[in-house]
Amino acid sequence: MTVRLRAHELSVGYAQQRVGSGLSLALSAGEVLALLGPNGCGKTTWLKTLLGLLPAYAGAVELEGRPLAQWGLAERARCMAYVPQGQASTFGFTALEMVLMGRTAHLGLLARPSLRDREIALEALQRLGIGHLAQRSVHQMSGGERQLVLIGRALAQQPRVVLLDEPTASLDFGNQGVVLRAVRNLASQGLAVLFTTHDPNQALRCANHAILMRAGQVQRSGPVREVVTAESLQALYGTPVVQVPAHCSQPAVYLPEY
Amino acid sequence: MRRLGAWWALLALLGGVALAFTVGRTPVSLADFWALLWGEGDAALQTVVWDIRAPRIVAAVAVGAGLAVAGAAFQGLFRNPLVSPDILGASAGAALGALLGIFFSLGIAGIQMAAFVGGLLAVGVVYAVGSTVRQGDPVLALLLTGIVVGSLLGAGIGLVKTLADPYNQLPAMTFWLLGSLAGAHAEDLPALLLPTGLGMGLLLLLRWRLDVMSLPEEEARALGARTTLLRLAIVAAATLVTAASVAAAGIVGWVGLVVPHLARFLVGPSFVRLLPASALLGGSFLLLIDTLARSMATVEVPLGILTALVGSPFFIALLRRAQKGWA
Repeated sequence: MTVRLRAHELSVGYAQQRVGSGLSLALSAGEVLALLGPNGCGKTTWLKTLLGLLPAYAGAVELEGRPLAQWGLAERARCMAYVPQGQASTFGFTALEMVLMGRTAHLGLLARPSLRDREIALEALQRLGIGHLAQRSVHQMSGGERQLVLIGRALAQQPRVVLLDEPTASLDFGNQGVVLRAVRNLASQGLAVLFTTHDPNQALRCANHAILMRAGQVQRSGPVREVVTAESLQALYGTPVVQVPAHCSQPAVYLPEY
Repeated sequence: MRRLGAWWALLALLGGVALAFTVGRTPVSLADFWALLWGEGDAALQTVVWDIRAPRIVAAVAVGAGLAVAGAAFQGLFRNPLVSPDILGASAGAALGALLGIFFSLGIAGIQMAAFVGGLLAVGVVYAVGSTVRQGDPVLALLLTGIVVGSLLGAGIGLVKTLADPYNQLPAMTFWLLGSLAGAHAEDLPALLLPTGLGMGLLLLLRWRLDVMSLPEEEARALGARTTLLRLAIVAAATLVTAASVAAAGIVGWVGLVVPHLARFLVGPSFVRLLPASALLGGSFLLLIDTLARSMATVEVPLGILTALVGSPFFIALLRRAQKGWA
């Protein structure tokens, strides 16, 4: 498997505050990597550093074998896409207008999307099963639909790597399933996928590899079924964990005890 | 509706122009106007229509279109539908420049120049100071700096008014601050049309990028948009337009705030259609207001007063319609 994205001994943080250090990962094509950890452990900061949105304190990020700093802004956006946490946008763009913005890195400064770009955007929506929402305003969508639109925008970038920041945050039960199925499909189409989550069960069902992170340090990293266990979750979140045992081909389910 | 919206806006503008040519102290019938269009008709009417009304109509359309486009661009850039073109201090700077021009008796051309330069300088200072804030959201830093510098300039305006001669200068200042196109002559038009055309042209060329720039900063950058460069270009273009408008017409509030909302209501939020629609609607709106201003009473009513009278109830009505956000 080709390694698409690699971080080596990375230190991340903001101007006056270091948030994490010694962070390493390798993400291959067709693979899903889940990043788990308590609130405020530095997951999002790490993600933004991998995307080049924040400068690294120390260490290196390599995108397809080349240091991230050597990539131009547009060139980088054509290779690696970011799916932010879906928040309500100020203006009620339609799904199609929203997804078309994914073509930014493919177009010149003064250019506007062509018919071809519209086709690519529509195809992205159709791949996610929301082609019928193309003309609907994002203000008139459910949280899950909005999240799918953001994933569609990432697809329109035609990237090889997709990083998602808590794609199921504040989604209801059903929409979590819809979005996670979409995430898993990205990998089966050959994309390298990294997502952060608060739910270890999502990692177990969706990801091949997992990284457990606490207080800015990687605690464990490896194949998901080896890394996500009752003991490791207990240590990670500092709370007793209940395990519903694995059944047939289904992985075990972990719940915080209450 | 959304596809036809721009045509409605164009129709409104053409109707407004026809109305503005015919209404006034010397009424011109549509038949007379038609004859004048082909170079026929009464010589006195020719003077009224071509030398007096035409420059004023051109100025009203340019100022209205410019303010509306600048307002729409700033609303997108600052991701805030309550922003107007003076948010970065362009109007306040231009006002201080103009008032200083009146204070030092610079004459009409000098006053307009001082206003134009004052507007550009104010936004230049805001941009330079805002860019030194390295932490946090650069858009928010710019916005807050704009508010601070704006209120500082407001103090300067107050000071000049206190120092001004209350009989000769103060009435001129007050009138200027309320906005008027009564002084629009053909020879002044290039000073308005050149910067307005340049700024509006740039914004129209960049209009699809404005969609992307209305996303949160980090999202736009992750999409590959050169946000720092684009922000500078958008601010510069919108400021050029605003400063030129204020220099030509004084302070005309509400147009840049209200018209983009009406346009958004007609054609949707995407700037690809929003900017042209805002230009057309802004031009027709201010033209109608200016026609009212010069024909409703024996004295000229200041534009700022009329735009506020029309704009505020209109804005409330829009607010009540926009129940699901600012679609």
